[in-house]
Amino acid sequence: MKDMDKSFKKDTETEFPLREELRPHQVTAPDGQVIEVDPLQDYFCQEPPKVHRKSYVRIVEDFYNWARAHSLWILGFGTGCGAIEMRPLMTPRFDAYRYGIQWRATPRQANLMVISGYLSVKTLKRAIRAYEQMPSPKYVVGLGSCTINGGMYWDSYNTIKRLDDYLPVDLYIAGCMPRPEALLAGFMDLKKLIRKGQGEGANKYAENFDWYKENQKAVIKDWDMPDYNW
Amino acid sequence: MNFEWIQIPYALWTLLIITVYALFIMAIMQKIGARVGGRYGIPVYQNYIDLVKNFALRSHITHGIMFYLGPVFRLTGGLGLILFVPTIYGSVMHQNFHYSGDLILALYFIFFGTLGMALGAGESGHPHAAIGVSRGLAQVTAAELPLALAVFSISLQYQTLNITEIVAAQQGSIFNWTLFTNPLAVLAAMFGFVGTMMRAPFDVFLAPQEIPTGPPTEYHSAYLALMQTNRVVFPVAKTIIYMNLFFGGATNWGAFALKVFALYFVSVLIGVVMPRFRVEQSIRFFLKWGLPVGILAILAV
Amino acid sequence: MMRDLIERLTQRYKLGAPVFQRADLTFVDLAANDQLRSLLLELRDREGFTHLVLLTAVDWLEEGRFQLTYMLNNRDANQTLALRVYLDREVAVGETIHDIWPTAETYQRELREMFGIDFPGSPRVDEEFILEGWTDLPPYRRDFDTLAYSQQTYRDRPGRETTDPRTHMKHKLYPEG
Ligand code: SF4
Repeated sequence: MKDMDKSFKKDTETEFPLREELRPHQVTAPDGQVIEVDPLQDYFCQEPPKVHRKSYVRIVEDFYNWARAHSLWILGFGTGCGAIEMRPLMTPRFDAYRYGIQWRATPRQANLMVISGYLSVKTLKRAIRAYEQMPSPKYVVGLGSCTINGGMYWDSYNTIKRLDDYLPVDLYIAGCMPRPEALLAGFMDLKKLIRKGQGEGANKYAENFDWYKENQKAVIKDWDMPDYNW
Repeated sequence: MNFEWIQIPYALWTLLIITVYALFIMAIMQKIGARVGGRYGIPVYQNYIDLVKNFALRSHITHGIMFYLGPVFRLTGGLGLILFVPTIYGSVMHQNFHYSGDLILALYFIFFGTLGMALGAGESGHPHAAIGVSRGLAQVTAAELPLALAVFSISLQYQTLNITEIVAAQQGSIFNWTLFTNPLAVLAAMFGFVGTMMRAPFDVFLAPQEIPTGPPTEYHSAYLALMQTNRVVFPVAKTIIYMNLFFGGATNWGAFALKVFALYFVSVLIGVVMPRFRVEQSIRFFLKWGLPVGILAILAV
Repeated sequence: MMRDLIERLTQRYKLGAPVFQRADLTFVDLAANDQLRSLLLELRDREGFTHLVLLTAVDWLEEGRFQLTYMLNNRDANQTLALRVYLDREVAVGETIHDIWPTAETYQRELREMFGIDFPGSPRVDEEFILEGWTDLPPYRRDFDTLAYSQQTYRDRPGRETTDPRTHMKHKLYPEG
């Protein structure tokens, strides 16, 4: 950190061109009609996310939180080294299923996203897309020191250093690599957070939407998706 | 069919009992599967929690009207199956809306949910869903063939299409069961049974562990909860039909629970010892082994 | 065997002094870039070096040139021969060999992206390979400072300490000294 190089200046001028098929263009329909399309505007929903209130009745919300805490569905999304430490959780030795933890194949059905290690900029883009497609309330757990402060990739040109700049993280599990036991302990802590009603990451994301987007767009140069991926 | 208003609350009551029981039995079966794999398995109440959780999710998106209706149709398939099949023989409360042609209606309802699902999942526009639908339909159709033949066979045997009468004919002794009076038909029907129970080895098109989750890919929150309900209710409803047609029906809830569990267990047993078949493998299996047995069953009557 | 081969080849090609790294691994420089294609073809078709193990580059910043290493393997003889050719760092255009070994196409895309060495004619060479939306210097060039880049791009979390592993472990294992 001390040897900050004064002479090297990052190139901040060059814009990355939008991909060919995403630029506004004209399409000719079979009947000869010519249609103007702007794919980024027309193909996607442009609405920003909104903050969801809690339910009015305290006891109902508590009951819901209890159910949410005991039914954590993890998105099967593996990045970095940590993906390998998640798999043992499904095996007889650790068997996370007995705590109501399940893996789902699609973001639509998952509530919990585990960022399991370093995130390169390219993967960050996919992680954001997957995160935004999950139904709220949703939770993010950062695994390993790479997600906390860059870990051993602290000087890499292509991996982000602080996950919470880009996604609302509920919980970090430290270590390089945290063992499956640590993961289980982390999930138990997450359950406690959710039961206390503190697992409001999705609302935090919606409230600070502009800040998150600014951070994300600062590192993802070829932003070729809508601002919020419904 | 003589209809009375009191039948409606009665039928709903039956439905509730069956749903609760189905959620419970599903968890037990999952636990058995886990134990075979050396795991501890989920808690028995896990399925109830998952259901509540899915209803408690806050954001929903939709892809159009059919997307809403898909899970509804799916659930209708399962519930309809129960509503039109007498659950407990001889009980006034749990007769449901049976009438003289209910066997045909039941056969229809077995397929109805799958078709509704196909429309809904198609609307979601996800390629995995479309692939899952076509694979699922192909496989279910192949698996239904032996069942249909077996049903023809026993309706010939009993000269009726009324499930209650079929059950009545099997009362008295265990040897009056279709299992013993027409074993070929039962064998053929069992092919259809394991094929449409949505369990391994015949569930490659919608297993949540497979990367293309199949039809439910885009479904979430309350939609998914409806489908989950169906996923547990439908196999039990199906098992009820089988119990009525082939295994003497049930005269009280105890016998019901026992027989459903035993029948369900058959498919679980096959599921835990077999790896998942690919779709074309299972279609070939049903056509090669199930179909001839079904034809034989008709010829033998 | 390798000595014979190199001697035979030296008569027609401008080879440098070979380095016999191991019994089955030899490095040799090729001084004339225009001979590369014919030499590779001859090695592949006559001498049995049918397999391209890897194609990689080294950035010799001080000497102002890139070194390309073509590593070839002869499976029958269990021999690996690495040919080194040099490119001018300012020009950085290499000759494509994707028609000799189709795998080279991927290597050339990588070199193009990571070192900025162009291979005109190689299929899809200008497409993105691993990086997405990269606008800066090619990151494997040695004048690209990855630490500085990362500090200018990603935010640090305060409180991070760095210790020299050697003194730290020494202190930890033998506290008395
Ligand atoms: S924290 Fe360590 S184990 Fe985890 S991704 Fe980073 S380097 Fe790999």
